[in-house]
Amino acid sequence: MPDYFNEMYEGGGVRTPYAGLEGWARDMPADLRGMKQSEAETLFRRIGITFAVYGEGGSPDRLIPFDMFPRVFAADEWDRLERGIKQRARALNAFLADVYNRGEIVRAGRIPAHLVYQNDAYEIAVTGFTPPQGIYSHIVGIDLVRTGPDEFFVLEDNCRTPSGVSYMLENREIMMRMFPSLFRENRIAPVETYPMQLKRTFDSVAPKKCEGEPTVVILTPGHFNSAYYEHSFLADMMGVELVEGSDLFVEGDFCWMRTTEGPKRVDVIYRRLDDAFLDPLCFRPDSMLGVPGLMNVYRSGGVTICSAPGAGVADDKAIYTYVPDMVRFYLGEEPILKNVPTWQCAKRDECKYVLENLADLVVKEVHGSGGYGMLVGPKATKDEVELFRLKIEENPHNYIAQPTLALSTCPTFVEEGVAPRHVDLRPYCLVGKDISLVPGGLTRVALTEGSLVVNSSQGGGVKDTWVLAGR
Amino acid sequence: MLSRTAQNLYWMARYIERAETNSRLLEVAARNALLPDTGGGNRNEWESVLHASGSATAYAEKYGEEAVQRNVETHMFFDRDNSSSVASCIHSARENARIVRTALTTQVWEAINSAQAEMTELTRQERSSISTSEMKDFALRHMAHIRGAILATQLRNDGYDFMNIGHYLERADCTARILDVKYYVLLPHVSMVGSGLDNYQWRTVLHAMNAQRAFAWVYGGEVTASKIVDFLVLNPKSPRSLICSAEGVVLHLERLAQTYGRPTGATARGRALLEGLRQLTVEEIFDEGLHDFLQRALGEVLSLGQEMTTSYLNGEAR
Repeated sequence: MPDYFNEMYEGGGVRTPYAGLEGWARDMPADLRGMKQSEAETLFRRIGITFAVYGEGGSPDRLIPFDMFPRVFAADEWDRLERGIKQRARALNAFLADVYNRGEIVRAGRIPAHLVYQNDAYEIAVTGFTPPQGIYSHIVGIDLVRTGPDEFFVLEDNCRTPSGVSYMLENREIMMRMFPSLFRENRIAPVETYPMQLKRTFDSVAPKKCEGEPTVVILTPGHFNSAYYEHSFLADMMGVELVEGSDLFVEGDFCWMRTTEGPKRVDVIYRRLDDAFLDPLCFRPDSMLGVPGLMNVYRSGGVTICSAPGAGVADDKAIYTYVPDMVRFYLGEEPILKNVPTWQCAKRDECKYVLENLADLVVKEVHGSGGYGMLVGPKATKDEVELFRLKIEENPHNYIAQPTLALSTCPTFVEEGVAPRHVDLRPYCLVGKDISLVPGGLTRVALTEGSLVVNSSQGGGVKDTWVLAGR
Repeated sequence: MLSRTAQNLYWMARYIERAETNSRLLEVAARNALLPDTGGGNRNEWESVLHASGSATAYAEKYGEEAVQRNVETHMFFDRDNSSSVASCIHSARENARIVRTALTTQVWEAINSAQAEMTELTRQERSSISTSEMKDFALRHMAHIRGAILATQLRNDGYDFMNIGHYLERADCTARILDVKYYVLLPHVSMVGSGLDNYQWRTVLHAMNAQRAFAWVYGGEVTASKIVDFLVLNPKSPRSLICSAEGVVLHLERLAQTYGRPTGATARGRALLEGLRQLTVEEIFDEGLHDFLQRALGEVLSLGQEMTTSYLNGEAR
């Protein structure tokens, strides 16, 4: 059993960032706790913030469990994280701008050509086109785990349309409603400005042809989508329209939306659907979700699509290994955040190592997400390990492996009181003309004792994430 | 506002009103059916209700030709296969509302949500334990709750206008249909107008509209066919009259024209409908024939609805 870093207790004492929470948790009577917990649940239900899990069936109106014990970062801890996250977001965008133009990093032999150009997420349709401000990924969600006081690792990057930010905002909202005194006693940096900053980011990447105040919309696949709540929440908070493909059409050089006052020109589309569905004339011809002709308007500078089609090539798990190289190559800096050591099963010698050490490793599908199709070696049964061995041998290109990280723990309310549970963190970095990061993010927590899987589809919950304001 | 959003708000309101009408139609039929069968001729109230709601064909396909109370009630209240049953209307209203959640206040959303939840519970109950008047009360209570929440809490913007236009258009449609039931149950002899039986049946119409007292206040004394037609078609004081509904539609169409800075085809058609009703007399209605008049009115309401789509809701307007 590895020694896990506990974010609150260290060497018998309480770490400074958590000092304001010790008494609060200790003095809360069990019945009050139960009451508060059910109050939180009622609030979540009333707001309607629910989450449908793909492929799990069950009720689409399921709630993600909310744990009331906050996760806290000190100002200096956050400073370093912030610099690291922004650095990484800049490098990822530089990489995208490069591989859709001259491909210098490939020419320099720093990244193998086939990983980029034969990647499923590489979009031939946008080569040679540079979007406004040269930004491809406007919202970069970087999944982080912690293993020690100063040890942070990037688990993966999300350059397309990272979700979950509505939880960051609602978790805070609910905590403030239920425990106002905590916010009086602790100096907690606000996250409420996120929607405004998001809108500002979109405004700053309006296309050249846009005249006056840009019209921004959120494009959703529809109300059956599991993240529909988040789409409507963000539209509402930014004060922009939430549209479906059928609300938009292309005429002349522009994209328009159908309104009760006639067509209205759209300048920036924050799309929450995959590249393949954006434009049936350019991508999947059978898609009913997109807008025919949209890509032509995009490439002629009539509309900005956020994130840019093809941005996914930067967050591929095979490309991930090279992100530290990108930081050095484009920015001439040393990466502040570390990658988790990763073995590519596609490489023969690395695959050999993986197969020999399967029981100690975490194996992931290269294109998988959400914790599906994943093997956590130390937690798996013999049969599960053998099953994965067969899968990897059959199709090594489809898998990568990483060591099992000793994820940090954060105190969490459980049946018996308070107990440590493993957590991760997803902050949301906004990239437009400027680059910004709200002090906070989504902390996911593995509620099952000993579990390292924090995905909501596998029994994970969420916590409010505090960044204490500096002096 | 996005055309689709306007569409959802408009249809949400129409479905709410439609749920109410269907339960009122059932009440008319149930009361008429209590009468001794002395008049002879076409006396099947349950059939007439199916005709008035426009779902006779769908009913026949599922339950056969014979219109019996139990089946008609099931069909018109619970049956989700019937797209205009009360249960279907509540479901559709909620679906429309869900899509435009952010355009609604919490009170409105919760009112619609609880209607749906309680409907589901009602469906689980033993069917024979639910009487017709319970069904009507259920529908009226919930629809009043939702409507009240809309009136009390919604922002007075264009979305509010679309909801109200949906509400008043559907109400005009409903009143015309409920009146038309009378045509189906009445012998088509002019001599029957004003007879005792006839008056009782007319009274049930008032009853189903919760309007007996209002009627008495306005007209006093005898209930006659022409007074009732005046009350339900031409009297602007009567909240369910055609003219009152048309006034509501026009009020909100004019507000839209003002907000958007231009009148549309729908504005013009709405004005024409209202003007036509204002110039009409009860005598003219009976000269034309009540049924023929009502069918004409339903046609005008229908084309105003279509004009709403062209002018605002399908996003094709320029």
